Amino acid sequence: MSETRFTTDHEWVRLDAGVATVGITAHAQGQLGDIVFVELPAPGREVAAGEACAVVESVKAASDVFAPLAGRITEVNPALGEDPALVNRAAEGEGWFFRLVPADPAAFAALLDAAGYAKLTEAA
Amino acid sequence: MPIEIAPDEPPPPQPTPLAALHARLGARSGPFAGWILPIQYPAGILAEHRHTRTAASLFDVSHMGQLSLAGADAAAALQALVVGDMVGLRPGRQRYTLFTNEAGGILDDLMVARLGERLHLVVNAGRTAHDVTHLQTHLPAGVTLTHHADRALLALQGPRAAEVLARLAPPAAQLRFMDAAELPIAGVPALLTRSGYTGEDGYEISLPADAAERVATLLLDQPEVAPAGLGARDSLRLEAGLPLYGHDIDELTTPVEAGLTWTIGKRRRMDWDFPGAEPIRDQLDHGAPRHRVGLVVQGRSPARAGANLVAADGTAAGSVTSGTFSPSREACIALAYVRRDLAADGTELFALLRGVQVPAQVVPLPFVPHRYPR
Repeated sequence: MSETRFTTDHEWVRLDAGVATVGITAHAQGQLGDIVFVELPAPGREVAAGEACAVVESVKAASDVFAPLAGRITEVNPALGEDPALVNRAAEGEGWFFRLVPADPAAFAALLDAAGYAKLTEAA
Repeated sequence: MPIEIAPDEPPPPQPTPLAALHARLGARSGPFAGWILPIQYPAGILAEHRHTRTAASLFDVSHMGQLSLAGADAAAALQALVVGDMVGLRPGRQRYTLFTNEAGGILDDLMVARLGERLHLVVNAGRTAHDVTHLQTHLPAGVTLTHHADRALLALQGPRAAEVLARLAPPAAQLRFMDAAELPIAGVPALLTRSGYTGEDGYEISLPADAAERVATLLLDQPEVAPAGLGARDSLRLEAGLPLYGHDIDELTTPVEAGLTWTIGKRRRMDWDFPGAEPIRDQLDHGAPRHRVGLVVQGRSPARAGANLVAADGTAAGSVTSGTFSPSREACIALAYVRRDLAADGTELFALLRGVQVPAQVVPLPFVPHRYPR
C-alpha cells in the first residue's frame, strides 16, 4: 500500500515498493498558474534532500523544485515535455515529475502527512 | 519550491476601488507598485491573454497615476519636461511621451490627453509620487497640478471593445486611435481614450472611483467581455513590444537606446530644448552604445529579466529586461538591451539560463502585429 507525504516547499511524495514518486501539490500548481515548461533531472543523478533538481516555469515565474528525499533519480515523467499543463490538470497524479530510490526510506516518515500539509496551506 | 510573493515595501499596498469586485470574481491578487492588484482570475493568464486577442477583456488599471494640468500655459509647461510636442497636441487627442533628465535618462513614460485647455496625464503607479514632485518643482505659477487619486481607470482591450462601447456609449465608436473625449457611460461622466497597452484596439476609461464598480460590472455583463489581470497585461504588452517602466526603461536608459526616438517631436528636434537634448542628440548623431531589441529564445523555458546574453564569439552581449512565454507565438520572447553591433534583426545570440547557453535570435518588434484602428 502506498502513502503520500508532503514537504513545506509544496512537493508531494508517494512511496510504492521502495520507489518514491515526486510532484508538486495541487495547491502549488494553483499558486503558480498556467505552467508552460518543466525541466526535469537526468535519470541516474544522485540528489541530496532539499537539493534543487527540477524547475517549473509558469507564465508568471520560474520556481525550483527540491528533492524531498536524498536518493537516485530513476525516471522522469515523459508526458511533461509535450504537455506541461498536465501539472495544472493533475498535479498529484499524472502530472508527477520524477521517481527516485531513497537512500534512507525512513526519512519518508519525517515528511508532513496530509493533515500537516493541509494545516500549512491553510495558514498561508 | 518557494511560492511566496515577496513582501512589498511599507506602507502596505492599497486596494483599488474595484477590490470587492475582484474578490467576487475569484481573482488572485498580489502587491504591485504599492497597490494590491488582480494578477489573474480563475480562467488563468493564458486564457485571459487569448480572450484579449480574440474578444475583449476588462483590466483594472486604477493603480496608474492620473494627474491633470490646467492653466493657459499648461502645454508649454509640460513641454519643458518631456520630449514630445505638447504645444502642438490638439484638443481631443492623446500622445505618448517621456519625462527625461539632463543626462537623457527616462524618468517616466506617460500618456497625455488634451481636453480643451486641460491636459490629463496617466503615469506609472510606481512613479506617481516622483512625477508629482517633479511637476510641482518645475511648473510655473498659473499652471495648476491636480492628482486625481479619487479616480479609477479601466482598460477595455481587444478587437471587440469598440462594438461593446458602441452599445453603452455610442459616441465612443467614433473615436479614432489616440482620440480622447469626455462621455457618459451609463450616466457616469467618464474620460475615454482610444488606446491601451496590449497592441489591440481598445479604450482606457477614467471614472470617479465611487462609480467604477457599477461601470465595470456593466462592462463585464456584456457577452464579449471577460476580466483579465496583471499577468495577461504583462504578456500582452510584451508581445506588443511595449516597454515597462522600471524593467525595460528607467533613468539609466535613453529614448535612443530604448527605441523610442519616434516620441521626440519634429519641432523638438529643431529646437533641442528638452531635458537631456544634448546627450540624446549626440546618440542620434553618433549611435547609442546599446539598443533595446526583441529576442525569440529557443525552447520553452523563458529568459526572464536579468538573464545575461552572450554573442557567438563568447563576449558579453547584454541582458534581458523582460521575458515570458508568448501565447500567440507559442515561443519564448524577451526584451533585452544588446550592444549596438549585435542589435540587427537576425543576429544570433545565446541567453544564459541556469548555466546553460540557449540560442536566442534578435527579431523585429513587435512580436505580434499591433491591431490599432485606422
